[in-house]
Amino acid sequence: MKNWLNPRSTVGIALIAVALIALPFVVGAAGQAWVRILNFAILYVFLALGLNIVVGFAGLLDLGYIAFYAVGAYTWALLASPHFGLHFPVWAILPIGAVLACFFGVLLGSPTLKLRGDYLAIVTLGFGEIVRIFMNNLNSPVNITNGPQGITLIDPVRFGDFSFTGTSQILGLTLGGPQKYYFLLVALAILVIVINVRLQHSRIGRAWQAIREDEIAAKAVGINTRNVKLLAFAMGASFGGIAGGIFAAMQGFVSPESFSLIESIMVLAMVVLGGMGHIPGVILGAVLLTFLPEALRYAVTPVQMALFGKILIDPESLRMLIFGLALVLVMRFKPAGLWPSPERSRELGDKVAEGAK
Amino acid sequence: MSDILLEAKAVAKHFGGVKALRDVSLTIRRGEVYGLIGPNGAGKTTFFNCMTGLYIPDGGGFVFDGLALQADAPHQAAERGIARTFQNIRLFGNMTAIENVMVGRHVRTKAGVFGAMLMNRRTRDEEAAIRQRALELLHYVDIADRADDLAKNLSYGDQRRLEIARALATEPKLLCLDEPAAGMNATETEELRVLIEGIRNDGTTVLLIEHDVKLVMGLCDRVAVLDYGSLVIEDVPAVVQKDQRVIEAYLGA
Amino acid sequence: MDIFLQQIINGLVQGSIYALVALGYTMVYGIMGLINFAHGEVVMIGALVSITVTGTLAAAGMPLGLAGLCGLVAAILSCMALGWSLERIAYRPLRGSPRLTPLITAIGMSIVLQNLAMIVWGRNYMTFPPLLPKINFEFAGTHFTLVQVVIVLLSAAMMAGLVFLVYRTKLGMAMRATAQNPAVASLMGVNTNRVIAAAFVVGSALAAVAGVMVGSYYEIAHYQMGFMLGLKAFTAAVLGGIGNLAGAMAGGVLLGIIEALGAGYIGDLTGGFLGSHYQDIFAFVVLIIVLMFKPSGLFGEKTGDRA
Repeated sequence: MKNWLNPRSTVGIALIAVALIALPFVVGAAGQAWVRILNFAILYVFLALGLNIVVGFAGLLDLGYIAFYAVGAYTWALLASPHFGLHFPVWAILPIGAVLACFFGVLLGSPTLKLRGDYLAIVTLGFGEIVRIFMNNLNSPVNITNGPQGITLIDPVRFGDFSFTGTSQILGLTLGGPQKYYFLLVALAILVIVINVRLQHSRIGRAWQAIREDEIAAKAVGINTRNVKLLAFAMGASFGGIAGGIFAAMQGFVSPESFSLIESIMVLAMVVLGGMGHIPGVILGAVLLTFLPEALRYAVTPVQMALFGKILIDPESLRMLIFGLALVLVMRFKPAGLWPSPERSRELGDKVAEGAK
Repeated sequence: MSDILLEAKAVAKHFGGVKALRDVSLTIRRGEVYGLIGPNGAGKTTFFNCMTGLYIPDGGGFVFDGLALQADAPHQAAERGIARTFQNIRLFGNMTAIENVMVGRHVRTKAGVFGAMLMNRRTRDEEAAIRQRALELLHYVDIADRADDLAKNLSYGDQRRLEIARALATEPKLLCLDEPAAGMNATETEELRVLIEGIRNDGTTVLLIEHDVKLVMGLCDRVAVLDYGSLVIEDVPAVVQKDQRVIEAYLGA
Repeated sequence: MDIFLQQIINGLVQGSIYALVALGYTMVYGIMGLINFAHGEVVMIGALVSITVTGTLAAAGMPLGLAGLCGLVAAILSCMALGWSLERIAYRPLRGSPRLTPLITAIGMSIVLQNLAMIVWGRNYMTFPPLLPKINFEFAGTHFTLVQVVIVLLSAAMMAGLVFLVYRTKLGMAMRATAQNPAVASLMGVNTNRVIAAAFVVGSALAAVAGVMVGSYYEIAHYQMGFMLGLKAFTAAVLGGIGNLAGAMAGGVLLGIIEALGAGYIGDLTGGFLGSHYQDIFAFVVLIIVLMFKPSGLFGEKTGDRA
């Protein structure tokens, strides 16, 4: 923390702060749609850092992470929409969502965390599917989730009279809804980054890393591996729950479609592609993987028109095709991720050297 | 406080048809260096693993410091005061030497996730104390100059020492060393002997599994010999050395 | 009781298909520890290739049965080629990289294959030509069709063939040796690269057959059909104890039967609260419960911690 006082890093932080403040206005010039995409990028940063605790720090492969996001989103949707006629305030719903997601995390984790890595992966995947299927079908006989239609008219984030939708004037600036959410999300993202950094260098963070390195040795020095893993699971789930709540409020609409397996896989891909366990890498991964498909959406059609003079290939599938190829290529040429932690790239270097022997 | 630190009562363990331990009973007294020797495959490491909770014994049990040890709970063994090293060194390879020892402090410290998130006074103080103690232990085993190197980059001898420092960080009443001298040359073995003697003199009881008979006989207060999973004899080195059964076990009758 | 038997039969048919696909997962996992997420897509490609080939040949005047056979062979050959290239291009360069790297590659390949299929075959459901005459059998109050009988028998034959390959041939011995310890196997002169490639090729051939079976059973095929099927099959492999051939077969059949029974009875069991659209959760609920009590699956070897 001391090096924050260092003049050079102070300048760096000031520059980053200015850039973060200016960003939504610059991007907004290209259209509000891009601000929304930017917001999603930050939401994914939040989500990916939550999953990073589970996968990156504790080394537990979770393929159903989106289930906790879904729990948070539906908690908000049910407690703040006309569906049940409830309109709870933010400071009540977000914690409820986080606690509920945490509860599901513990519920899933406590019987399954003793499983070997890949078994855990398939169990979490199954759990994610179970949650989604329930959301899809819990509209009869009692209508809880409204089934595949989802829940609409969800309340936005509101603090007293200040709502995060619609335009308002702050400090002489005109801020649109997405811009306001942007600042809320940035604040939350900074919070989760700070928490991630602190956790990583704490007693618990060291215990996670120890378990990842050698579980038996970790037990032998007295780490209750089951509880410590469960802690990682619960923390990751809580972050997912909070992100889900914000997602529901920002969209004003939730449906089971947003919580399919592919979403879990996307978040995991962000963590791994960026550089598992390395916070800056995970942030990079989340931002890239949010923007890449969107940028492709805009690029694919014009490029085809320019090359062939007509649309030969369905743009949607071409976009996903390129996305899939990008995943494969990055893993091929940067197996530890785009921006791995120094130790991890060293670890990999050793392995490659061993293989060459 | 009883004179006896650990009592093994008729501990039995079999893997399929192989009887790795047959009703082994022995007692370790406070403050001694206790040697456990025997030919390869005699069951020494199995005994260790039963004691530290990695294996569940099929019969019998352990009384440690006056209370029964719970089977199948390795982390509780450490909490109760049993620390161990491994025959084939198990360090946290991609963590630095000092971090390895800091992990050893886990069981004697408290900070949880909320402490870590808030970074309150107590957490910061505890963290500083953990680092301080870890550094002291690195000095104690004489590898403080390697504190910030990754564990896997340490030399073999230093890795052995680091593993001992990590075990000591848990403040054990009983330190169990599984063949610590394996692969060491004469100088390194001598340094190890001095280290173990120092640990004993500082009040920690030591259980030593070792192949190096010279080291064991020179260092241990009492020695037990295992052969084919059974206890052959438990006595002072001078008696054990002369025992006919021991000689047979080693030379092959 | 009739419903019970009927559901068992339906489950057995579905389960045979799961088992064939599960074998592909389990062979690759057993030998190289990789969850080949793209395996479900191989099934899908097999189904779509066979539709195209059968349709084209039939349209050119070939008798449907023969055209169907050609379609099946074409599906098997193209899937074998696909499996081989997947391993060669995507996975082989990643040996020795961190554990999750090949997993992400597999997911990437799955996305690539699905979208390639959508570009080639379009996003609509395709009707599968009826390869076998519609003959119905009746037995002890239950009904089943010729297609169902053929699926079960053909699966059994394929599995027997695989068991023969793995336990009675030199290649099979090399596979088992590599699964035990790749480093030692290669020291003993086993060409592990070839063994791994063989596992992919054989698994893909089984997947192709499974694809044609699913297609002719449900009479439709679609670029997304492989995904859920792959998941279920993988679940079956884990249920049986992944890496274990017998486990994959038993897990597949068991999963099919559980699903069928579950779908048939869930309404009664929950007093009408949950309906048959919960069918898809059975696979996962059963998986979680089994693994809680048998952490290595039903037939998996217990992997004890070793100090």
